[in-house]
Amino acid sequence: MACINPDGTLTPSAKVVLSALSSPRILEDVAKSTELPLFRIRSSIREMLEAGLVEQKGGKYAATKVGREKIKE
Amino acid sequence: MEEKIATETKEIVSMPRLGEQAPAFEALTTQGTVRLEDFKGSWLILFSHPADFTPVCTTEFIGFAEIHPQLKKRGVELLGLSVDSVSSHIAWVRNIEEKMEVRIPFPVIADLDKKVATLYGMIHPGESKTETSRCVFVIDPEGILRAMIYYPLTTGRNMQEILRLIDALQTTDKHKVATPANWKPGEVVIIPPPNTQEMAEQRLKEGYECKDWYFCKKKL
Repeated sequence: MACINPDGTLTPSAKVVLSALSSPRILEDVAKSTELPLFRIRSSIREMLEAGLVEQKGGKYAATKVGREKIKE
Repeated sequence: MEEKIATETKEIVSMPRLGEQAPAFEALTTQGTVRLEDFKGSWLILFSHPADFTPVCTTEFIGFAEIHPQLKKRGVELLGLSVDSVSSHIAWVRNIEEKMEVRIPFPVIADLDKKVATLYGMIHPGESKTETSRCVFVIDPEGILRAMIYYPLTTGRNMQEILRLIDALQTTDKHKVATPANWKPGEVVIIPPPNTQEMAEQRLKEGYECKDWYFCKKKL
């Protein structure tokens, strides 16, 4: 996974993306605030959804409790 | 005369076609797993190279990295591909940065199973059965394949032509015009020819720079 290191910690870019999701946001806003290309945001968030680090509600994405705790590791 | 029995079977390979939806894929890259749909809303240049750690490909990667900022300004993302592993791509990209002082900012697909290469007709067995030729696919924000360029293994691509192609396609979309041979931004464009006799008669009265009813140009 591009977002999670083999030891289970987040990669630097995953931390940046997840930190931007402290409140629910649309993907375009995340791309703007992180200055990462939209395709990378989509790809990262797909992985983090599968890992339970991000949740989707009504077209917006936010870090889950597990995700918020991961940032601190 | 002895009859020769064919021992080789010919593989039928599909090729993508202009004006149609570009074939969808999910692939492992140097920047994680990406899908074609991840690029929706942006223009995308998907390009293949024969192999990592080869000289012509290295000059091309440097060329693509150099035009990357200009492509970004035009809303275009780059995505490379070859039939090499992610580890090989990472090693090569790091080598280019170390030896040539050029950072490769775009992802590169590790197409070891040739899935994407086959979908896009990137392998031309007459040239090589194992390597992808130098292909360029321009895909628009709606996922439609808008242009294709195929170069042989021996010949590096012209980055200025790729930029010119993007400018021409975006100008066509914005202004509903065509672009003549060797066109560059700022030069006159072609008005699409009339479809009816009535439109042809009208065309010459519309104030364009016309050689004849079918050949009219204008400045943008």
